[in-house]
Amino acid sequence: MNVSARRLGSRALNDEIRRAEEDIIIEDCFGERYIGSGASSITITINGTPGNAMGAYLDGATIIVNGNAQDAIGDTMNDGKIIIHGNAGDALGYAMRGGKIYVKGDAGYRTGIHMKEYKDKRPVIVVGGSTGSFLGEYLAGGIIIVLGMESEAFPVGDFTGTGMHGGLIFIRSSTPPAKLHKQVTVSLADDSDMGFINEYLMEYADTFGLSIDEILRKPFYRLAPNAKNPYKQLYTIY
Amino acid sequence: MAAFDIYPEYEIVRNNERCTNCRVCEKQCANGAHIFLTDKNRMAADDAKCVNCHRCVAMCPVRALKIVKTDHTFRENSYWTGKSIKEINRQAESGGVLLSSMGNPETYPVYFDRILLNASQVTNPSIDPLREPMETRVYLGSKPEKVVRDEKGRIKVDLPPHIMLSIPVMLSAMSYGSISYNAHESLARAAAEAGILYNTGEGGLHENLYNYGSNTIVQVASGRFGVHKKYLSSGAAIEIKMGQGAKPGIGGHLPGTKIVGDISKTRMIPEGSDAISPAPHHDIYSIEDLSQLIYSLKEATGYSKPIIVKIAAVHNVAAIASGIARSGADIIAIDGFRGGTGAAPTRIRDHVGIPIELALASVDNRLCDEGIRNRVSIVAGGGIRSSADVVKAIALGADCVYIGTAALIALGCHLCRSCHTGKCNWGIATQREDLMKRLNPDWGYKRLVNLLNAWKHEIMEMMGGMGINAIESLRGNRLMLRGVGLNEKELEILGIKHAGE
Repeated sequence: MNVSARRLGSRALNDEIRRAEEDIIIEDCFGERYIGSGASSITITINGTPGNAMGAYLDGATIIVNGNAQDAIGDTMNDGKIIIHGNAGDALGYAMRGGKIYVKGDAGYRTGIHMKEYKDKRPVIVVGGSTGSFLGEYLAGGIIIVLGMESEAFPVGDFTGTGMHGGLIFIRSSTPPAKLHKQVTVSLADDSDMGFINEYLMEYADTFGLSIDEILRKPFYRLAPNAKNPYKQLYTIY
Repeated sequence: MAAFDIYPEYEIVRNNERCTNCRVCEKQCANGAHIFLTDKNRMAADDAKCVNCHRCVAMCPVRALKIVKTDHTFRENSYWTGKSIKEINRQAESGGVLLSSMGNPETYPVYFDRILLNASQVTNPSIDPLREPMETRVYLGSKPEKVVRDEKGRIKVDLPPHIMLSIPVMLSAMSYGSISYNAHESLARAAAEAGILYNTGEGGLHENLYNYGSNTIVQVASGRFGVHKKYLSSGAAIEIKMGQGAKPGIGGHLPGTKIVGDISKTRMIPEGSDAISPAPHHDIYSIEDLSQLIYSLKEATGYSKPIIVKIAAVHNVAAIASGIARSGADIIAIDGFRGGTGAAPTRIRDHVGIPIELALASVDNRLCDEGIRNRVSIVAGGGIRSSADVVKAIALGADCVYIGTAALIALGCHLCRSCHTGKCNWGIATQREDLMKRLNPDWGYKRLVNLLNAWKHEIMEMMGGMGINAIESLRGNRLMLRGVGLNEKELEILGIKHAGE
């Protein structure tokens, strides 16, 4: 089913999507917000630039964006997949619990804050380019991978992983990360780590038609939480 | 370090003539304050472990126990009190942030106690609720600007979603995890029985309680624990928690030791992992961002549920509420500085925020002045102790109130303010199976329903006395209030006259 977003506005467009029982292709998307909020099962393809909060609470649907996406994509996403053939804005995958977000280009500030995992639910974000500061703050679970494909510069900003108490962040880079908070430990990813993320890297390469050899050309640094309970020693009970 | 030993605050007094060494007190005290001395064949007590929760006192079959505040004292000093000295010693020893629970217990002014209600005499006669209809029902949600009629003169009914309450009281957010399953079940069943709503708090909703959905407010906080499509769809309303009266400006932290079994399952995080709610929502830095979360929730639930935004009462609360009213929220919940919590840093609990009475009056004023009061309902919480507080809050401009501490007291809480230890002897703020089962939801919910019914009757009597027969006519009706012992500024903010005027 094809829908043109032109002159519909966010609410009417989203009504159409909620009613859709089959896969849907949205043409002429110019910043319409909340696309696919809470959607399950269907595939939504967007030609254009969707607005903020796309795929919030996503519950199994697949969203493919042929263009750039804006802020708060995949907020509290539970399951499904978001593929962005461009850049993503700030607060990508906030508090995401399951599913995958693959971004071909860059992502903004506050990517993957407070992602968490539970049993078979393990959220995964892979960003092909770079991300801004505050990547993976309060990370409680899941995997964030930043590839920095197009640049030699270290591909993430400052304050990466501050407050993290679960999950893993992998950063592909020739140089190690600097200035990490003491709550974060860093090591070079070993074979078992690479085996652990291989399926996501393969799927990512496949999704965007990239060479897996090129992706694996540089080493990956693995960021893990320093302690399971970072706030434990802070309090005096009386 | 014995030299710095802190003398216990309370002493356990045992009447040895009555005590039969039945050892019930020993079994009942999770803090281990009672000890049986086998060699001496008598009970003894370790006062240092007593939190003054009265469990042993209530369970002692021969009334042999009482707890008294110690008369052991420091040299009298009205500035450096014993409390200050003890707290400094605690911190000098541990280097830790002082942690405590429940609401602010300090001696700040209580405006509810400086406000008196009106009653009719001679003219506008009072109404007897026993023989005349009295409406205590309220609807929460956004109200339209004006009545619109179609070409045939019929009223166009295209209202945003509302929730209906039989009385203007709701049970405020207390998460499963901070309180026990039995406590949560009691709240849910009481809400259903009384025709009101309870609030899940930020710990998700236990699968057994989904069938109370139409009496449930599901909360979305910065940690987003247990938030998913089914959860959002199951409640009658969704609350975005921006802040909490007991600890404005800071987040929450349920320690990993409490993330066990069903708590882990309901929050959807692994057992033993800390549940950290960051202080801010990291996707909300502005009213526009808040609006975005509101609408993403509305979109996810097909615009079928009102969205509540809960904030702590802080200095600029009126301006903040004005922003929220314009952001698409249907209901604003304001939580005053007396609001309770399962754990908060003491300094935050006791020194941050403002009284709900002042916050409520200024928010209602501001929204009325700006002509946007109809866009939102206002829920006032944080220290509502009785039906008189409810009536005063409504006359100050609230649509309804949230009660938390009062509800827990009905369930057995004795306000020992030790929730953060996880060893609640009354089975409320604990996840220990043996303690939790002390709260039986079958009688817990009945006690709570009794309380709500009693308050309902009292509310009707107070309204009747004023010659008012519907809550609608009481809301924001400040002519029904007079201040006693308040200064000009306080009266101005509250928007009320002084008694005698």
